[in-house]
Amino acid sequence: MPEARVIPLRADETGGRTRWRLGEGRDRGGSRPGARTRAGTEAREPGRETGREPGRTRRPATTTPRPRPGLDEDGSGGAAVPPVAAVPDPEPPAWEVGLEEVLRFLRRRLSGDYSVDEFGFDADLADKVLAPALRPLYERWFRVETIGLHHVPDTGGALVVANHSGTLPLDALMTIQALHDEHPAARRLRLLGADLMFKLPVVGELARKNGATLACNADAERLMSSGELVGVFPEGFKGIGKPFKDRYKLQRFGRGGFVSAALRTGVPIIPCSIVGAEETYPKIGDIAPLARLLGAPYFPITPTFPLLGPLGLVPLPSKWYIEFGEPISLDAYTPADAEDPMLVFNLTDQVRETIQHTLYRLLSQRRNVFLG
Amino acid sequence: MTRTGSPRDADRSSGGGAPSVVLVTGVSRFLGGNLAARLAANPAIERVLGVDTVPPSRDMLRRMGRAEFVRADIRNPLIAKVISGAGVDTVVHAALSAGPGSSGGRTAMKEMNVIGTMQLLAACQKSERVRRVVLKSTTAVYGSGSRDPALFDESMTPKDLPSGGYAKDAAEIEGYLRGFARRRPDVTTSVLRFCNYVGPRIETVLTRYFSLPVVPTILGFDPRLQFLHEEDALAVLERAAVEEHPGVYNVAADGVLMLSQAIRRAGRVQAGVPAPLVGPVGRFLRGTRVVDYSPEQMRFLNFGRVVDTTRLKERFGFHPRWTTVQAFDDYVRGRALRPVLGAERIEAAERTVLQAARMLR
Repeated sequence: MPEARVIPLRADETGGRTRWRLGEGRDRGGSRPGARTRAGTEAREPGRETGREPGRTRRPATTTPRPRPGLDEDGSGGAAVPPVAAVPDPEPPAWEVGLEEVLRFLRRRLSGDYSVDEFGFDADLADKVLAPALRPLYERWFRVETIGLHHVPDTGGALVVANHSGTLPLDALMTIQALHDEHPAARRLRLLGADLMFKLPVVGELARKNGATLACNADAERLMSSGELVGVFPEGFKGIGKPFKDRYKLQRFGRGGFVSAALRTGVPIIPCSIVGAEETYPKIGDIAPLARLLGAPYFPITPTFPLLGPLGLVPLPSKWYIEFGEPISLDAYTPADAEDPMLVFNLTDQVRETIQHTLYRLLSQRRNVFLG
Repeated sequence: MTRTGSPRDADRSSGGGAPSVVLVTGVSRFLGGNLAARLAANPAIERVLGVDTVPPSRDMLRRMGRAEFVRADIRNPLIAKVISGAGVDTVVHAALSAGPGSSGGRTAMKEMNVIGTMQLLAACQKSERVRRVVLKSTTAVYGSGSRDPALFDESMTPKDLPSGGYAKDAAEIEGYLRGFARRRPDVTTSVLRFCNYVGPRIETVLTRYFSLPVVPTILGFDPRLQFLHEEDALAVLERAAVEEHPGVYNVAADGVLMLSQAIRRAGRVQAGVPAPLVGPVGRFLRGTRVVDYSPEQMRFLNFGRVVDTTRLKERFGFHPRWTTVQAFDDYVRGRALRPVLGAERIEAAERTVLQAARMLR
């Protein structure tokens, strides 16, 4: 049983505050995440292609000589196509390459030629549409700074446990973005979401396509044991919908289901503290009857929201920090320990305390909400 | 559900071997008929009896070869005479019907499904010779909803019990079979929970749905679908009939397709219908008899359902030959569905745009 641990108020020596991220990123120019992401997906693409449908007959290769076979994504179609000899100049302008890629994407989408995993995660859509759409928000609007990314393993299952805040789950989206864009292994965070989310049209659909699944032990354990990085916000609606005056005060951590899932699968727990999300939509009021009418957990009033109408949906540009703490290894325990409520409770508390202390430390170092 | 060491185990001459007399119900339909044909082609099996209320088509009868067709109603106690008279030792109950339209209304369908199974199992219980019962069930027993886990395994129960229709029938029938297995522990019972079948020949609600030129879906929802190729379905049923596979198994192909993706692969046009209008649109489509859409199928198209087939692969030892995507593509090709929005058109449009871009350069 873990003893109550003393959590230092300083950052741990190894992680430090990796400000280098910011500087280096700037040096390499704006195209950094895009370029790396593309390379990453291409490297993974062939494997997935072959694993998915070995015998699937492709459309006859004779149909259309594609304009630029060299750029063909999977190579198999392009190889059979006679090379178009009369390419006037070897170096087409960048916008044309971009256009070709967009058209290829559209063709793939329109003909349904992409693969989705059992949970409904659509990597093609996530990489080509959702991530690029959120990147400006991540880089320019919130200027997210990540700390301690090296605590997230390059491979294998792990459970990222984070604090939830901000009325709308932008913190979830930004954490996905952080791990995908900044982590050296470009890890995909598979979030566990509340059932309410999957009941909503469009939101539920997009959440699944972006890798989320229902927060239940069956799904969590299945994902973790297949080596996925799983993210969970144990506070749930209590955390995301708490009033602004309670900002950065962690709410109750549910029943510790996430700990028992991690114990059963033996993956480490990575505490993750997100600073900045609380200030995106400061919830200063709640119209409970309206929320009940809509079947929502709360109907927030922010300084801008019902007042400015749709303009109120623009989040305040707070400066964000996402810190991944030292992993809590569960190697010392056996799956049977998941049945020990006392142990589960203690571990839950340890994770919660770690996050809470990291939040306090990050807050004490922050000078300004908007400038960091 | 498993066979617990019964006294009769010892004197069972063939042990887990091939059966000698097999009775297949529902032979007028695709799976029953083709299963009877496959079993008839197996020389190790002495006799194959096919039972149904309506005779199979002439084509099917020819394919069934030496299998004998017995026109009988499984709701009638006479079925006991057929089973004991012919000395049936293996019963494959493949008559479970999903479409009320094809079985003459919901009441008739329920009666056929539930009362028919009760009678059939009662007859099996009476007969000393019966030692294996295979039930064709459905993954619909897991229901479909927003609170479902991503994958169902055999030990999971639905969050909300199916309130009616095919799923409820299947759940009740599985219950009867469990009761039967308790009363006759010497009989091996296998329950095969099939997901939706597709293929060039089989006719189901879903195959008709995807052949609509404009496919109505529920706006803002994109369920995950899982298919099984008709040949794989037959192969599993055949193996369950001739081998010992006690227990419950999910039967589905690997991989999933999103509904929108399936519609695009079939070259159809998707038309999202806002959730409040789904009821009236569904009723209209039912009225026109184009597709027979029950409320539970509407729920399925709202949330979808995927099952875990680990047990099928590891314990049953069956690996579906077609993946979900391959099975669906085979269906699209086999039906020669003329795409409304074909791959050629998309590629042509792509070429046009690129050429226009080159001109501009």
